[in-house]
Amino acid sequence: MRRFSQLYRELDGSTRTSEKHAALVRYFREVDDEDGAWAVALFTGRRPKRGVPHRLMREAASEVTGVPEWLIRVCQESVGDNSETIALLLPPPAHEPDELSLAQMIESVVMPLRTMPDHEKTDVLKRRWASMPEDERYVLHKLIAGGMRVGVQQRSIARALSEVASDESVDAAVIEHRLSGVWSPTAAAFGALLAAYDDSEAGARPYPFFLASPIEDDAVESLGAPDEWIAERKWDGVRAQLIHREGLTTLWSRGDEPMTDAFPELVQLGSLFPAGTVLDGEVLAYDERPLPFTSLQKRILRKQKEVMLFDDVPVVFMVYDLLEHEHTDLRARPLRQRLELLDELLHAFEQRHGTPRHLRRSLVVPFDGWDQLTHERARSRAMNVEGLMLKRLESPYRTGRVRGDWWKWKVEPYTIDAVLVYAQLGSGKRATRFTDYTFALWDRDPGQDGAELLPFAKAYSGLSNREIEAVDAKIRASIVGKKGPVRVVEPTMVFEIAFEGLQRSDRHKAGIALRFPRMARWRTDKAIGQADTLGTLEALLPEERV
Amino acid sequence: MKPAAPRPALLRTDGIGLRCEAGGFHVDPWKPSPCAVITHAHADHARRGSHRYIAHHDSVPILRHRLGQDIVIEGRGYDEPFAMGEATVSLHPAGHVLGSAQVRVEAGGEVWVVSGDYKRDHDPTCRAFAPVACDVFITECTFGLPIYRWPEPRVVADELNAWWRDMRAQQRTCVLYAYSLGKAQRLLAHLDPSIGPIALHPAIDDITTLYRAAGVALPESVRFVKEIVKDLRGGAMVLIPPSAAGAEALAALGPVSDASASGWMRTRASRRWRSYDRGFVMSDHADWPGLLRTIEEIGAKRIGVTHGTVKPFVRYLNEKGYDAFPIDTAYNADETEGAA
Ligand SMILES: [Zn+2]
Ligand SMILES: [Zn+2]
Repeated sequence: MRRFSQLYRELDGSTRTSEKHAALVRYFREVDDEDGAWAVALFTGRRPKRGVPHRLMREAASEVTGVPEWLIRVCQESVGDNSETIALLLPPPAHEPDELSLAQMIESVVMPLRTMPDHEKTDVLKRRWASMPEDERYVLHKLIAGGMRVGVQQRSIARALSEVASDESVDAAVIEHRLSGVWSPTAAAFGALLAAYDDSEAGARPYPFFLASPIEDDAVESLGAPDEWIAERKWDGVRAQLIHREGLTTLWSRGDEPMTDAFPELVQLGSLFPAGTVLDGEVLAYDERPLPFTSLQKRILRKQKEVMLFDDVPVVFMVYDLLEHEHTDLRARPLRQRLELLDELLHAFEQRHGTPRHLRRSLVVPFDGWDQLTHERARSRAMNVEGLMLKRLESPYRTGRVRGDWWKWKVEPYTIDAVLVYAQLGSGKRATRFTDYTFALWDRDPGQDGAELLPFAKAYSGLSNREIEAVDAKIRASIVGKKGPVRVVEPTMVFEIAFEGLQRSDRHKAGIALRFPRMARWRTDKAIGQADTLGTLEALLPEERV
Repeated sequence: MKPAAPRPALLRTDGIGLRCEAGGFHVDPWKPSPCAVITHAHADHARRGSHRYIAHHDSVPILRHRLGQDIVIEGRGYDEPFAMGEATVSLHPAGHVLGSAQVRVEAGGEVWVVSGDYKRDHDPTCRAFAPVACDVFITECTFGLPIYRWPEPRVVADELNAWWRDMRAQQRTCVLYAYSLGKAQRLLAHLDPSIGPIALHPAIDDITTLYRAAGVALPESVRFVKEIVKDLRGGAMVLIPPSAAGAEALAALGPVSDASASGWMRTRASRRWRSYDRGFVMSDHADWPGLLRTIEEIGAKRIGVTHGTVKPFVRYLNEKGYDAFPIDTAYNADETEGAA
């Protein structure tokens, strides 16, 4: 338990990926397979069911510390985490720690708690508390109650394990595949995670995705000769590989989540391709043109038994690369060749099956010079896409986010300078600070008589925590009134608000609704007289369709 | 028998601050007063504009530095009673920062003590808190919740130096955020100068000079100015006030590891909120056991509570049998951060 607590502290205390990785590798090297297995289970969201309700834990802590329960509740509000609060409250341990391993702690202490009567649960807790230092108590509470948030994903675990594995064939993708689905934390299962790779496993595994890097406007020209590149639309969907291998068709998202259940029509589509085909593309909500991303989310979140309704959100697989053809891995071949093979494959497909309803080829946007492409990009919003993708024709299909060959050139968000007029405390971890703001624009030129600020949008994201702290301090010093939980703030602060789109709306005071508004910058250089007017915003409205 | 008429409170808040009618002065007023008795020079306690200031000798140069050389101010020693109108007043060590004082006020046969900010932990840069017997004790409660329990300062100092050594081995510069008055000097006193050079942001350096002049022994340090950044890169310890977080010169330090030392670092949410690489739990305020122990030692039955988590602390003390009441001051408003 001490070793696991140390790992927990290291992971929690660091914001650097490299440090977290090193800490995980050290842990997996040092502990036995059982403790390794449990760490994998806990960090991939497989934990024992909650055995002690918070109420009971609070009662026990109150008895041990003499702190009344109401005061423990006040502390919990301030700390924001029940497990941590109780760990912080308890007095230093009365006796030497007894050295239970992580597996012993879970299997012989935490798991039996569930079936015990309340007074026995309380006894067990008190006994454990008396022999554990503060940080181990905290981890024990997390084992009981869940909620280990230390910034470690399944992927990080897989990467660490692949470094620990003695066999080179066991890369992170192999381990992630082995971890998908049902996995029980036993020493044997841990051993199997690290075992040498066996071809029969290949089944439905995706290739690691090649990810594009963002590019700025002024860097595009420096990409070199335009004829070495192709441009495509950047679709606002879910990146995925559609895989058909012997008797098995699967759809994998970039988060290495199988999406097979959510999109049965795409799986059906994939099964029509010859075995040994892997297509790379995007799952899109699409009805003659792309639909907003939110419609796709409905499909992803929908429970399996509800998929009968899928016709109301039509989807397509927008294919743009071919990674495996007739069981041959094409990733080392240049994009030019892969696309030729893709076109041949799609042509043959149509010959046999007709025009597929759920498949689209992501068309290449023709262009001669970079200037021309700038115009194309400007059409993105009207087409419901995020911008352009630029891909080098001679590039192989690389692994992960490697700069140089694939770029995403996103449309710039709209921006407008607005004045902060109301503030509200945030929720959860942000509950002690003013983090939710309402912004206003001038109803006419601020130089004119009687110009007033008109609230038009709310935003609560975009600032760093340190910026929020500075804004929070300023708000506290300039509160002039109260409307329920909302504080009226003396208008002094100007922010650049960025947003993705806008439309008329009767439900909004200013008559306009913004899509995804957030704070792009705190314009400390601007006085409120330099903020924009409502007229400026209205000018951005798309032309109304008649 | 006729009950005795209730005595008027010796100290109560008016629009200006905590006022002593009998003595004709305010303690730590937040608006200009004809006469201000100042517990210590932190910004939330010492404000501009009063006609006359009274504070401990060691606070005088700091107050002049912060409020202006031209303020009218008298220095007093600890435990030296002086008359103010009908009241007798004396200052007593509060253990918070150099020159910090509790204010004892005696009039009409009653004794009140205003704690100001205080702590009970060891601090080599100022005189230790001295409990003073009284009828009414007005206490701060910045950390008035039982989750706040400080580790031994010695242990924290060792962690601090260990972090510095580690970072130096990795050729990273340490940037330690600390309030320029008090916390910075206390940390400096705990640093091991054999590890590497120590640089102080000018705001900290100015106050540190006043500490040295008052006879506080501190390790050698240099002033953090652009010209010397190259000598600090990859292994120095740089102390910076939190307000100077974005300073230009910081960018020139190369790879850094940053940390904060304060009582707030006790909780994970506060540590993560600011996303410092490290958080050290070291506060110049009393922790929960420190507050309770102090109230017990002083023996007063009536406890005024201000400056922090007032409501729950008042309720807790009343449940424990004290006659506790909130004192409404300007530094109460939703206070989550103070000069900690
Ligand atoms: Zn203070
Ligand atoms: Zn204070």
